[in-house]
Amino acid sequence: MRAFIFPGKRWQRFGLAIHAAVFSLLLLALSGAACAGDWRSLSNDGIHDPTSPAVKRLMEPRDGLSRLPPDDVGNQVRWVHALEQGLINPRTNILPETKVDVLDKDILMDLYGSMPIVRFPHKAHTQWLDCKNCHDQLFKMKTGTSGISMLNILDGEQCGLCHGAVAFPLSKCDRCHSVSRNSPVVKSGGVGDVPKGGK
Amino acid sequence: MSRACWRSRIAGRCGLLVMLLLPLVQPVQAEYGDVVLNRYAEKEGMRPVVFPHWFHRERFRCKVCHHELGFKMRAGSNDVKMNDILDGKFCGMCHNNDVAWGPENCDLCHSGKQGLSSGIYGGDRTGGPGRW
Repeated sequence: MRAFIFPGKRWQRFGLAIHAAVFSLLLLALSGAACAGDWRSLSNDGIHDPTSPAVKRLMEPRDGLSRLPPDDVGNQVRWVHALEQGLINPRTNILPETKVDVLDKDILMDLYGSMPIVRFPHKAHTQWLDCKNCHDQLFKMKTGTSGISMLNILDGEQCGLCHGAVAFPLSKCDRCHSVSRNSPVVKSGGVGDVPKGGK
Repeated sequence: MSRACWRSRIAGRCGLLVMLLLPLVQPVQAEYGDVVLNRYAEKEGMRPVVFPHWFHRERFRCKVCHHELGFKMRAGSNDVKMNDILDGKFCGMCHNNDVAWGPENCDLCHSGKQGLSSGIYGGDRTGGPGRW
């Protein structure tokens, strides 16, 4: 069988194997490079008409995104980090009378599953969003009454309305399922609302 | 040079060829979160609209559009008409030559390929039963 896969004498087989290994590594490196930090130009992104005058005038994703903290999914930017580090300062309101609320409270969820517990940080969300974007149409105000399920989320409901469309995708399990079931905050009965940064 | 050695060289060259061609065969993909609006545009003889979430998000928090301006979160659930924009609603709340350039710059928004269906685009959507 081996002779069938690598025909020839032993040293020739060795040479072939080295070739294959080197090329596999190069292939891996190259495909990795094609994913990380590789923003498509507007003329080649599959949705812009390359003949549209906009393609020459609009900002290219690379020019806007490459200076921000990198990620390996989504826009390849850690948006929350970019905001926290002051690298971007997006406006909170257009109308002067709009009330801008930020809530700094973490919620622990999924307390009885097998994955690590979910820590939902209100702060990171309310820095971007208004309370009314989620409450009460997506989630009820009272912790534990919203019937959140991974199936709904994967179906584009609840968290999945944004996560998987504009916010980091659902393939990053451990960004939400981030608290060990053995952590002190859980063992001390820290269900529901917990102090900020509870781990 | 033996036949096996040539075989080895040919295998190597094939690997190199695959490596060089790989970037060319990757699927074409929009930037994550790009939204195409084409409910009315193409019927009215314009290119579909491409809305880049990433560009706006660097300058405005989600709540500006999804709370103040009244855009519902689900792509496709907003009935955005050009007259509304000209009246200062939806995009027109900023694209008014005050906050951002005005609606007379038709081509800057109406820049999509013909035939695109409305919805949210971008290559990094999670697979599975998601609906958009």
